[in-house]
Amino acid sequence: MTGLHRPGPGDTAATETHRAIEAVWRIESAVLIARLARIVGDIGTAEELAQDALVAALEQWPASGVPEQPGAWLMGTAKHRAIDLVRRRQTLERKHEEIGREVERAQEGIDDAATDEEVEDDLLGLIFMACHPILSKDARVALTLRVLGGLTTEEIARAFLVPVSTIAQRIVRAKRTLTEAHVRFEFPVGPDRVARLASVLEVIYLIFNEGYSATAGEDWVRPALCEDALRLGRILAELATTEPEVHGLVALMEIQASRLRARVGPSGEPILLLDQDRARWDHLLIRRGLASLDRADRLGGEIGPYALQAAIAACHARAATAAETDWPRIVALYDAVAVMAPSPVIELNRAVAVGMAFGPAAGLALVEALAAEPSLKTYHLLPAVRGDLLRKLGRSAEALIEFKRAASLTENGAERKLLHRRAAECAADGMAG
Amino acid sequence: MRVLVLAKEDHQAQAAKPPTPEAILEFQKFNEELIKAGVVLGDGRLYPSSQGKRLRFDGKKRAVIDGPFTETKELVAGYWLWQVRSMDEALEWLKRAPFDAGTYEIRQIFEMESM
Repeated sequence: MTGLHRPGPGDTAATETHRAIEAVWRIESAVLIARLARIVGDIGTAEELAQDALVAALEQWPASGVPEQPGAWLMGTAKHRAIDLVRRRQTLERKHEEIGREVERAQEGIDDAATDEEVEDDLLGLIFMACHPILSKDARVALTLRVLGGLTTEEIARAFLVPVSTIAQRIVRAKRTLTEAHVRFEFPVGPDRVARLASVLEVIYLIFNEGYSATAGEDWVRPALCEDALRLGRILAELATTEPEVHGLVALMEIQASRLRARVGPSGEPILLLDQDRARWDHLLIRRGLASLDRADRLGGEIGPYALQAAIAACHARAATAAETDWPRIVALYDAVAVMAPSPVIELNRAVAVGMAFGPAAGLALVEALAAEPSLKTYHLLPAVRGDLLRKLGRSAEALIEFKRAASLTENGAERKLLHRRAAECAADGMAG
Repeated sequence: MRVLVLAKEDHQAQAAKPPTPEAILEFQKFNEELIKAGVVLGDGRLYPSSQGKRLRFDGKKRAVIDGPFTETKELVAGYWLWQVRSMDEALEWLKRAPFDAGTYEIRQIFEMESM
Protein backbone atom coordinates (compact mmCIF):
# COMPACT_ATOMS: atom_id res chain seq x y z
CA MET A 1 0.00 0.00 0.00
CA THR A 2 1.37 3.35 -0.89
CA GLY A 3 -0.88 5.72 0.99
CA LEU A 4 -4.09 6.16 2.87
CA HIS A 5 -7.42 6.13 1.09
CA ARG A 6 -8.92 9.55 1.08
CA PRO A 7 -12.67 9.91 1.19
CA GLY A 8 -14.45 12.35 -1.06
CA PRO A 9 -15.38 15.85 0.06
CA GLY A 10 -18.56 16.32 2.03
CA ASP A 11 -18.10 13.22 4.09
CA THR A 12 -16.77 15.19 7.05
CA ALA A 13 -17.13 12.63 9.85
CA ALA A 14 -15.38 10.01 7.75
CA THR A 15 -12.74 12.54 6.74
CA GLU A 16 -12.11 13.30 10.38
CA THR A 17 -11.75 9.62 11.20
CA HIS A 18 -9.40 9.13 8.27
CA ARG A 19 -7.25 12.00 9.42
CA ALA A 20 -7.22 10.59 12.92
CA ILE A 21 -6.18 7.21 11.51
CA GLU A 22 -3.40 8.87 9.56
CA ALA A 23 -2.17 10.54 12.76
CA VAL A 24 -2.43 7.28 14.71
CA TRP A 25 -0.42 5.57 11.98
CA ARG A 26 2.27 8.23 12.19
CA ILE A 27 2.54 7.71 15.91
CA GLU A 28 2.19 3.93 16.09
CA SER A 29 3.57 2.49 12.86
CA ALA A 30 7.23 2.26 13.89
CA VAL A 31 6.45 0.51 17.18
CA LEU A 32 3.97 -1.72 15.40
CA ILE A 33 6.34 -2.73 12.61
CA ALA A 34 9.19 -3.18 15.09
CA ARG A 35 7.21 -5.56 17.29
CA LEU A 36 5.99 -7.51 14.27
CA ALA A 37 9.49 -7.70 12.84
CA ARG A 38 10.65 -9.26 16.06
CA ILE A 39 7.83 -11.83 15.86
CA VAL A 40 8.10 -12.78 12.18
CA GLY A 41 11.77 -11.99 11.74
CA ASP A 42 11.74 -9.74 8.68
CA ILE A 43 10.77 -6.19 7.85
CA GLY A 44 8.87 -6.96 4.66
CA THR A 45 6.37 -9.29 6.29
CA ALA A 46 6.16 -7.06 9.37
CA GLU A 47 5.27 -4.07 7.28
CA GLU A 48 2.67 -5.99 5.29
CA LEU A 49 1.03 -7.17 8.49
CA ALA A 50 1.03 -3.65 9.88
CA GLN A 51 -0.48 -2.35 6.66
CA ASP A 52 -3.17 -5.03 6.84
CA ALA A 53 -4.06 -3.81 10.32
CA LEU A 54 -4.20 -0.27 8.98
CA VAL A 55 -6.57 -1.35 6.22
CA ALA A 56 -8.75 -3.04 8.83
CA ALA A 57 -8.81 0.20 10.81
CA LEU A 58 -9.75 2.16 7.72
CA GLU A 59 -12.63 -0.25 7.13
CA GLN A 60 -13.90 -0.43 10.69
CA TRP A 61 -13.15 2.82 12.48
CA PRO A 62 -15.31 5.13 10.35
CA ALA A 63 -18.33 3.11 11.53
CA SER A 64 -17.20 2.09 15.02
CA GLY A 65 -15.24 5.21 15.90
CA VAL A 66 -11.57 5.40 16.83
CA PRO A 67 -10.96 2.97 19.71
CA GLU A 68 -9.81 4.31 23.04
CA GLN A 69 -6.40 2.72 22.63
CA PRO A 70 -5.82 2.79 18.89
CA GLY A 71 -2.25 1.54 19.17
CA ALA A 72 -3.29 -1.53 21.14
CA TRP A 73 -6.09 -2.19 18.65
CA LEU A 74 -3.70 -2.10 15.68
CA MET A 75 -1.19 -4.25 17.54
CA GLY A 76 -3.81 -6.84 18.51
CA THR A 77 -5.14 -7.06 14.96
CA ALA A 78 -1.69 -7.34 13.42
CA LYS A 79 -0.45 -9.87 15.95
CA HIS A 80 -3.35 -12.23 15.26
CA ARG A 81 -2.46 -12.10 11.61
CA ALA A 82 1.18 -12.67 12.46
CA ILE A 83 0.31 -15.82 14.39
CA ASP A 84 -1.83 -17.11 11.54
CA LEU A 85 1.02 -16.47 9.18
CA VAL A 86 3.62 -18.19 11.33
CA ARG A 87 1.27 -21.19 11.71
CA ARG A 88 0.70 -21.35 7.95
CA ARG A 89 4.43 -21.28 7.38
CA GLN A 90 4.81 -24.07 9.89
CA THR A 91 2.23 -26.22 8.16
CA LEU A 92 3.83 -25.58 4.80
CA GLU A 93 7.35 -26.32 5.82
CA ARG A 94 6.88 -28.62 8.79
CA LYS A 95 10.42 -28.39 9.92
CA HIS A 96 12.89 -26.82 12.25
CA GLU A 97 12.33 -25.99 15.84
CA GLU A 98 13.04 -22.49 14.67
CA ILE A 99 9.46 -22.18 13.55
CA GLY A 100 8.28 -23.66 16.79
CA ARG A 101 10.19 -20.92 18.50
CA GLU A 102 8.62 -18.36 16.21
CA VAL A 103 5.14 -19.45 17.19
CA GLU A 104 6.18 -19.41 20.80
CA ARG A 105 7.55 -15.94 20.39
CA ALA A 106 4.47 -14.80 18.57
CA GLN A 107 2.25 -16.30 21.26
CA GLU A 108 4.21 -14.56 23.96
CA GLY A 109 3.92 -11.37 22.04
CA ILE A 110 0.21 -11.70 21.81
CA ASP A 111 -0.40 -12.57 25.41
CA ASP A 112 1.46 -9.79 27.12
CA ALA A 113 1.53 -6.14 26.37
CA ALA A 114 5.12 -5.12 25.66
CA THR A 115 6.99 -3.35 28.42
CA ASP A 116 8.60 0.02 27.70
CA GLU A 117 12.02 -1.64 27.53
CA GLU A 118 10.76 -4.21 25.03
CA VAL A 119 9.27 -1.49 22.86
CA GLU A 120 12.59 0.35 22.94
CA ASP A 121 14.54 -2.80 22.06
CA ASP A 122 12.15 -3.48 19.20
CA LEU A 123 12.60 0.01 17.80
CA LEU A 124 16.36 -0.14 18.06
CA GLY A 125 16.36 -3.53 16.33
CA LEU A 126 14.20 -2.12 13.54
CA ILE A 127 16.52 0.86 13.07
CA PHE A 128 19.53 -1.45 12.77
CA MET A 129 17.66 -3.56 10.25
CA ALA A 130 16.46 -0.69 8.07
CA CYS A 131 19.95 0.81 8.05
CA HIS A 132 21.73 -2.47 7.35
CA PRO A 133 24.99 -1.83 5.46
CA ILE A 134 24.03 -4.52 2.94
CA LEU A 135 21.58 -1.99 1.48
CA SER A 136 22.53 0.94 -0.72
CA LYS A 137 22.41 4.39 0.89
CA ASP A 138 19.31 5.31 -1.11
CA ALA A 139 17.57 2.13 -0.04
CA ARG A 140 18.47 2.67 3.61
CA VAL A 141 17.17 6.22 3.50
CA ALA A 142 13.86 5.26 1.88
CA LEU A 143 13.28 2.27 4.13
CA THR A 144 14.11 4.22 7.28
CA LEU A 145 11.75 7.07 6.43
CA ARG A 146 9.09 4.56 5.57
CA VAL A 147 9.20 2.16 8.52
CA LEU A 148 10.58 4.45 11.22
CA GLY A 149 9.47 7.89 10.11
CA GLY A 150 5.98 6.69 9.22
CA LEU A 151 6.14 8.52 5.87
CA THR A 152 4.17 7.24 2.93
CA THR A 153 5.92 6.35 -0.31
CA GLU A 154 4.41 9.48 -1.88
CA GLU A 155 5.79 11.69 0.86
CA ILE A 156 9.27 10.22 0.49
CA ALA A 157 9.12 10.64 -3.29
CA ARG A 158 7.99 14.26 -2.91
CA ALA A 159 10.77 14.95 -0.42
CA PHE A 160 13.45 13.58 -2.73
CA LEU A 161 11.88 14.88 -5.95
CA VAL A 162 11.83 11.47 -7.59
CA PRO A 163 8.90 9.54 -9.08
CA VAL A 164 6.76 7.57 -6.62
CA SER A 165 7.49 4.37 -8.55
CA THR A 166 11.23 4.84 -7.95
CA ILE A 167 10.78 4.99 -4.19
CA ALA A 168 8.26 2.13 -4.22
CA GLN A 169 10.73 -0.03 -6.14
CA ARG A 170 13.59 0.98 -3.90
CA ILE A 171 11.63 -0.12 -0.83
CA VAL A 172 10.48 -3.39 -2.37
CA ARG A 173 14.01 -4.20 -3.46
CA ALA A 174 15.45 -3.26 -0.07
CA LYS A 175 13.05 -5.60 1.70
CA ARG A 176 13.84 -8.38 -0.75
CA THR A 177 17.57 -7.88 -0.27
CA LEU A 178 17.16 -8.13 3.49
CA THR A 179 15.09 -11.31 3.16
CA GLU A 180 17.45 -12.93 0.69
CA ALA A 181 20.46 -12.14 2.83
CA HIS A 182 18.60 -13.59 5.83
CA VAL A 183 19.10 -10.42 7.79
CA ARG A 184 17.35 -11.13 11.06
CA PHE A 185 16.10 -8.94 13.79
CA GLU A 186 19.18 -8.50 15.96
CA PHE A 187 21.21 -6.31 18.25
CA PRO A 188 24.72 -6.11 16.96
CA VAL A 189 27.40 -6.22 19.65
CA GLY A 190 31.11 -5.45 19.88
CA PRO A 191 32.94 -4.01 16.88
CA ASP A 192 29.99 -4.93 14.66
CA ARG A 193 27.80 -2.62 16.73
CA VAL A 194 30.14 0.31 16.09
CA ALA A 195 29.96 -0.23 12.33
CA ARG A 196 26.20 -0.78 12.36
CA LEU A 197 25.59 2.30 14.48
CA ALA A 198 27.76 4.31 12.09
CA SER A 199 25.49 3.18 9.26
CA VAL A 200 22.40 4.32 11.19
CA LEU A 201 23.92 7.72 11.92
CA GLU A 202 24.97 8.09 8.30
CA VAL A 203 21.41 7.46 7.10
CA ILE A 204 19.93 10.02 9.49
CA TYR A 205 22.51 12.62 8.55
CA LEU A 206 21.95 11.94 4.83
CA ILE A 207 18.25 12.67 5.31
CA PHE A 208 19.09 15.82 7.24
CA ASN A 209 21.54 17.03 4.64
CA GLU A 210 19.16 16.52 1.76
CA GLY A 211 16.85 18.90 3.60
CA TYR A 212 19.58 21.26 4.70
CA SER A 213 21.18 21.83 1.31
CA ALA A 214 19.12 20.08 -1.28
CA THR A 215 21.23 18.52 -4.01
CA ALA A 216 18.46 18.87 -6.57
CA GLY A 217 15.40 20.94 -7.33
CA GLU A 218 14.84 24.68 -7.04
CA ASP A 219 14.57 25.03 -3.26
CA TRP A 220 17.84 25.41 -1.42
CA VAL A 221 16.42 24.00 1.81
CA ARG A 222 13.61 21.55 2.52
CA PRO A 223 12.99 22.00 6.23
CA ALA A 224 10.47 19.14 6.47
CA LEU A 225 13.24 16.63 5.74
CA CYS A 226 15.44 18.25 8.38
CA GLU A 227 12.60 17.91 10.85
CA ASP A 228 12.13 14.23 9.98
CA ALA A 229 15.84 13.57 10.42
CA LEU A 230 15.95 15.50 13.68
CA ARG A 231 13.02 13.60 15.01
CA LEU A 232 14.65 10.26 14.13
CA GLY A 233 17.82 11.49 15.81
CA ARG A 234 15.98 12.58 18.94
CA ILE A 235 14.22 9.22 19.13
CA LEU A 236 17.52 7.38 18.68
CA ALA A 237 19.12 9.54 21.39
CA GLU A 238 16.52 8.27 23.86
CA LEU A 239 16.98 4.66 22.72
CA ALA A 240 20.77 4.62 22.72
CA THR A 241 21.40 6.98 25.61
CA THR A 242 24.97 5.85 26.25
CA GLU A 243 26.28 6.30 22.71
CA PRO A 244 28.19 9.62 22.56
CA GLU A 245 28.12 9.79 18.77
CA VAL A 246 24.31 9.61 18.71
CA HIS A 247 24.22 12.72 20.88
CA GLY A 248 26.99 14.21 18.76
CA LEU A 249 24.89 13.78 15.63
CA VAL A 250 21.79 15.18 17.30
CA ALA A 251 23.83 18.17 18.50
CA LEU A 252 25.15 18.73 14.99
CA MET A 253 21.67 18.59 13.45
CA GLU A 254 20.08 20.80 16.13
CA ILE A 255 22.70 23.50 15.69
CA GLN A 256 22.65 23.35 11.90
CA ALA A 257 18.85 23.40 11.88
CA SER A 258 18.94 26.50 14.09
CA ARG A 259 20.17 28.37 11.01
CA LEU A 260 17.48 27.17 8.60
CA ARG A 261 15.47 30.40 8.83
CA ALA A 262 18.53 32.55 8.30
CA ARG A 263 19.86 30.46 5.42
CA VAL A 264 17.36 31.58 2.85
CA GLY A 265 16.73 35.11 1.62
CA PRO A 266 13.34 36.62 0.77
CA SER A 267 13.37 35.25 -2.78
CA GLY A 268 14.69 31.83 -1.83
CA GLU A 269 18.34 32.64 -2.42
CA PRO A 270 20.92 30.93 -0.21
CA ILE A 271 22.60 33.04 2.45
CA LEU A 272 25.97 31.68 3.53
CA LEU A 273 26.87 31.24 7.17
CA LEU A 274 29.01 34.34 7.61
CA ASP A 275 26.43 36.58 5.92
CA GLN A 276 23.50 35.34 7.97
CA ASP A 277 21.52 37.54 10.33
CA ARG A 278 22.34 35.77 13.59
CA ALA A 279 19.29 37.26 15.28
CA ARG A 280 17.27 34.93 13.05
CA TRP A 281 18.98 31.82 14.34
CA ASP A 282 16.71 29.62 16.40
CA HIS A 283 18.11 29.89 19.90
CA LEU A 284 15.93 27.11 21.23
CA LEU A 285 17.59 24.68 18.81
CA ILE A 286 21.03 26.08 19.61
CA ARG A 287 20.38 25.50 23.29
CA ARG A 288 19.17 21.97 22.60
CA GLY A 289 22.22 21.34 20.41
CA LEU A 290 24.66 22.57 23.03
CA ALA A 291 22.89 20.38 25.62
CA SER A 292 23.26 17.33 23.36
CA LEU A 293 26.91 18.12 22.79
CA ASP A 294 27.35 18.35 26.55
CA ARG A 295 25.63 14.98 26.92
CA ALA A 296 28.08 13.48 24.41
CA ASP A 297 31.05 15.03 26.25
CA ARG A 298 29.90 13.80 29.63
CA LEU A 299 29.74 10.21 28.35
CA GLY A 300 33.49 10.47 27.87
CA GLY A 301 35.61 8.29 25.65
CA GLU A 302 37.07 9.33 22.36
CA ILE A 303 35.24 12.19 20.67
CA GLY A 304 33.74 10.96 17.41
CA PRO A 305 33.47 12.77 14.07
CA TYR A 306 29.85 13.88 14.60
CA ALA A 307 30.57 15.33 18.03
CA LEU A 308 33.61 17.10 16.56
CA GLN A 309 31.55 18.59 13.76
CA ALA A 310 28.95 19.58 16.33
CA ALA A 311 31.72 21.30 18.29
CA ILE A 312 32.60 23.22 15.13
CA ALA A 313 28.95 24.18 14.62
CA ALA A 314 28.87 25.23 18.28
CA CYS A 315 31.81 27.61 17.69
CA HIS A 316 29.71 29.42 15.12
CA ALA A 317 26.62 29.29 17.33
CA ARG A 318 28.51 30.86 20.24
CA ALA A 319 29.94 33.74 18.20
CA ALA A 320 27.68 36.77 18.49
CA THR A 321 28.98 38.11 15.17
CA ALA A 322 30.79 36.47 12.26
CA ALA A 323 33.88 38.53 13.11
CA GLU A 324 34.01 37.02 16.60
CA THR A 325 34.25 33.45 15.29
CA ASP A 326 37.05 31.48 16.92
CA TRP A 327 38.63 30.32 13.64
CA PRO A 328 41.84 28.89 15.11
CA ARG A 329 39.72 26.61 17.32
CA ILE A 330 37.66 25.59 14.29
CA VAL A 331 40.86 24.74 12.40
CA ALA A 332 42.02 22.63 15.34
CA LEU A 333 38.68 20.81 15.42
CA TYR A 334 38.84 20.18 11.66
CA ASP A 335 42.37 18.83 12.13
CA ALA A 336 40.92 16.33 14.58
CA VAL A 337 38.06 15.38 12.23
CA ALA A 338 40.54 14.96 9.37
CA VAL A 339 42.54 12.47 11.45
CA MET A 340 39.51 10.53 12.63
CA ALA A 341 37.35 10.53 9.53
CA PRO A 342 39.52 11.75 6.67
CA SER A 343 37.61 12.83 3.60
CA PRO A 344 38.18 15.32 0.79
CA VAL A 345 35.03 17.23 1.84
CA ILE A 346 36.40 17.64 5.38
CA GLU A 347 39.72 18.79 3.86
CA LEU A 348 37.85 21.38 1.85
CA ASN A 349 36.05 22.64 4.95
CA ARG A 350 39.37 22.74 6.77
CA ALA A 351 40.78 24.85 3.94
CA VAL A 352 37.94 27.35 4.40
CA ALA A 353 38.65 27.56 8.14
CA VAL A 354 42.40 27.93 7.52
CA GLY A 355 41.63 30.71 5.04
CA MET A 356 39.64 32.52 7.71
CA ALA A 357 42.14 31.90 10.52
CA PHE A 358 45.44 32.41 8.72
CA GLY A 359 44.58 34.27 5.52
CA PRO A 360 43.28 33.33 2.05
CA ALA A 361 46.70 32.35 0.69
CA ALA A 362 47.06 29.61 3.32
CA GLY A 363 43.56 28.38 2.56
CA LEU A 364 44.15 28.43 -1.18
CA ALA A 365 47.28 26.29 -0.83
CA LEU A 366 45.16 23.57 0.78
CA VAL A 367 42.47 23.87 -1.89
CA GLU A 368 45.04 23.54 -4.68
CA ALA A 369 46.19 20.29 -3.10
CA LEU A 370 42.65 18.97 -3.54
CA ALA A 371 42.42 19.89 -7.23
CA ALA A 372 43.41 16.41 -8.38
CA GLU A 373 41.07 14.65 -5.95
CA PRO A 374 38.88 12.39 -8.13
CA SER A 375 35.93 12.32 -5.72
CA LEU A 376 35.67 16.13 -5.88
CA LYS A 377 35.80 16.28 -9.66
CA THR A 378 32.13 17.20 -9.92
CA TYR A 379 31.74 18.72 -6.45
CA HIS A 380 30.61 22.30 -7.02
CA LEU A 381 31.86 23.54 -3.66
CA LEU A 382 35.50 22.95 -4.63
CA PRO A 383 35.52 25.65 -7.34
CA ALA A 384 33.18 27.77 -5.21
CA VAL A 385 35.66 27.80 -2.30
CA ARG A 386 38.57 28.30 -4.67
CA GLY A 387 36.75 31.23 -6.27
CA ASP A 388 36.09 32.78 -2.89
CA LEU A 389 39.73 32.57 -1.82
CA LEU A 390 40.99 33.83 -5.18
CA ARG A 391 38.68 36.82 -4.99
CA LYS A 392 39.89 37.64 -1.49
CA LEU A 393 43.42 37.62 -2.92
CA GLY A 394 42.31 40.12 -5.57
CA ARG A 395 42.50 37.55 -8.39
CA SER A 396 38.99 38.28 -9.63
CA ALA A 397 39.45 37.08 -13.20
CA GLU A 398 40.45 33.61 -12.00
CA ALA A 399 37.72 33.68 -9.36
CA LEU A 400 35.10 34.39 -12.02
CA ILE A 401 36.03 31.23 -13.92
CA GLU A 402 35.78 29.20 -10.72
CA PHE A 403 32.33 30.53 -9.81
CA LYS A 404 31.05 29.83 -13.31
CA ARG A 405 32.43 26.34 -13.12
CA ALA A 406 30.77 25.83 -9.73
CA ALA A 407 27.46 27.09 -11.15
CA SER A 408 27.66 24.56 -13.97
CA LEU A 409 28.24 21.73 -11.50
CA THR A 410 25.46 22.30 -9.00
CA GLU A 411 22.08 20.72 -9.62
CA ASN A 412 20.28 23.06 -7.24
CA GLY A 413 18.62 26.05 -8.89
CA ALA A 414 18.87 28.48 -5.96
CA GLU A 415 22.52 27.69 -5.46
CA ARG A 416 23.23 28.12 -9.16
CA LYS A 417 21.77 31.62 -9.05
CA LEU A 418 23.95 32.52 -6.07
CA LEU A 419 27.07 31.29 -7.86
CA HIS A 420 26.20 33.26 -11.00
CA ARG A 421 25.75 36.34 -8.82
CA ARG A 422 29.17 35.82 -7.31
CA ALA A 423 30.66 35.41 -10.78
CA ALA A 424 29.01 38.70 -11.77
CA GLU A 425 30.56 40.40 -8.74
CA CYS A 426 33.97 39.21 -9.90
CA ALA A 427 33.29 40.62 -13.36
CA ALA A 428 32.39 43.95 -11.74
CA ASP A 429 35.70 43.87 -9.78
CA GLY A 430 37.49 43.52 -13.09
CA MET A 431 35.75 46.55 -14.57
CA ALA A 432 36.33 48.65 -11.46
CA GLY A 433 39.99 47.66 -11.27
CA MET B 1 5.68 22.13 12.40
CA ARG B 2 5.67 23.41 15.93
CA VAL B 3 2.69 23.78 18.15
CA LEU B 4 2.22 25.30 21.55
CA VAL B 5 -0.03 23.30 23.83
CA LEU B 6 -1.55 25.54 26.46
CA ALA B 7 -2.91 24.07 29.66
CA LYS B 8 -5.83 26.21 30.68
CA GLU B 9 -7.16 25.86 34.14
CA ASP B 10 -10.09 27.35 35.87
CA HIS B 11 -8.42 29.42 38.58
CA GLN B 12 -10.85 28.29 41.24
CA ALA B 13 -10.48 24.61 40.40
CA GLN B 14 -6.74 25.03 40.43
CA ALA B 15 -6.77 26.40 43.95
CA ALA B 16 -9.15 23.74 45.18
CA LYS B 17 -7.48 20.62 43.82
CA PRO B 18 -3.71 20.24 43.81
CA PRO B 19 -2.68 17.21 41.72
CA THR B 20 -2.26 13.92 43.58
CA PRO B 21 1.15 12.20 43.55
CA GLU B 22 -0.35 9.48 41.35
CA ALA B 23 -1.55 12.07 38.85
CA ILE B 24 1.88 13.69 38.79
CA LEU B 25 3.51 10.30 38.22
CA GLU B 26 1.12 9.49 35.39
CA PHE B 27 1.77 12.84 33.81
CA GLN B 28 5.53 12.32 34.03
CA LYS B 29 5.15 8.95 32.35
CA PHE B 30 3.19 10.53 29.53
CA ASN B 31 5.69 13.35 29.17
CA GLU B 32 8.48 10.79 29.02
CA GLU B 33 6.66 8.99 26.22
CA LEU B 34 6.42 12.24 24.29
CA ILE B 35 10.12 12.92 24.75
CA LYS B 36 10.97 9.42 23.55
CA ALA B 37 8.87 9.99 20.45
CA GLY B 38 10.90 13.12 19.72
CA VAL B 39 7.87 15.37 20.16
CA VAL B 40 8.77 17.64 23.10
CA LEU B 41 10.99 20.64 22.44
CA GLY B 42 10.25 22.40 25.69
CA ASP B 43 7.76 22.72 28.50
CA GLY B 44 7.01 24.70 31.62
CA ARG B 45 4.55 25.19 34.41
CA LEU B 46 3.50 28.63 35.52
CA TYR B 47 3.10 29.98 39.04
CA PRO B 48 -0.47 30.93 39.95
CA SER B 49 -1.69 34.21 38.51
CA SER B 50 -1.67 35.72 42.04
CA GLN B 51 2.09 36.03 41.50
CA GLY B 52 1.70 37.41 37.98
CA LYS B 53 1.53 40.95 36.61
CA ARG B 54 -0.29 42.42 33.68
CA LEU B 55 0.65 45.48 31.76
CA ARG B 56 -2.00 47.29 29.78
CA PHE B 57 -0.98 49.64 26.97
CA ASP B 58 -3.08 52.64 26.07
CA GLY B 59 -1.23 55.05 23.84
CA LYS B 60 1.68 56.29 25.93
CA LYS B 61 0.10 55.12 29.18
CA ARG B 62 1.07 51.87 30.87
CA ALA B 63 -1.14 50.45 33.59
CA VAL B 64 0.20 47.68 35.83
CA ILE B 65 -2.38 45.21 37.10
CA ASP B 66 -1.47 42.84 39.90
CA GLY B 67 -2.68 39.24 39.90
CA PRO B 68 -4.71 37.21 40.54
CA PHE B 69 -6.61 37.80 37.33
CA THR B 70 -9.96 36.77 38.72
CA GLU B 71 -11.92 38.27 35.85
CA THR B 72 -10.35 35.78 33.41
CA LYS B 73 -12.18 32.47 33.34
CA GLU B 74 -9.40 30.30 31.96
CA LEU B 75 -5.80 31.02 32.76
CA VAL B 76 -2.73 29.51 31.18
CA ALA B 77 -1.17 27.27 33.81
CA GLY B 78 1.49 25.58 31.75
CA TYR B 79 2.72 25.02 28.23
CA TRP B 80 4.38 22.47 26.00
CA LEU B 81 6.29 23.17 22.84
CA TRP B 82 5.89 20.26 20.45
CA GLN B 83 7.39 19.28 17.12
CA VAL B 84 4.78 17.35 15.15
CA ARG B 85 3.97 16.67 11.51
CA SER B 86 0.40 17.88 11.61
CA MET B 87 -2.31 19.33 13.80
CA ASP B 88 -3.91 15.87 13.67
CA GLU B 89 -0.81 14.32 15.15
CA ALA B 90 -0.78 16.89 17.95
CA LEU B 91 -4.44 16.20 18.63
CA GLU B 92 -3.82 12.46 18.69
CA TRP B 93 -1.01 12.86 21.22
CA LEU B 94 -2.98 15.20 23.41
CA LYS B 95 -5.94 12.78 23.49
CA ARG B 96 -3.62 10.29 25.16
CA ALA B 97 -2.75 12.62 28.04
CA PRO B 98 -3.81 11.34 31.47
CA PHE B 99 -5.97 14.35 32.28
CA ASP B 100 -9.50 14.11 33.60
CA ALA B 101 -10.34 17.80 33.70
CA GLY B 102 -9.36 21.12 32.23
CA THR B 103 -9.09 22.53 28.73
CA TYR B 104 -6.00 22.25 26.61
CA GLU B 105 -5.45 24.32 23.56
CA ILE B 106 -3.21 23.50 20.59
CA ARG B 107 -1.95 26.43 18.53
CA GLN B 108 0.40 26.25 15.59
CA ILE B 109 3.45 28.48 15.76
CA PHE B 110 4.09 30.70 12.81
CA GLU B 111 7.25 29.72 10.99
CA MET B 112 8.75 30.50 7.63
CA GLU B 113 6.35 29.41 4.93
CA SER B 114 8.07 26.27 3.81
CA MET B 115 8.39 24.99 7.37
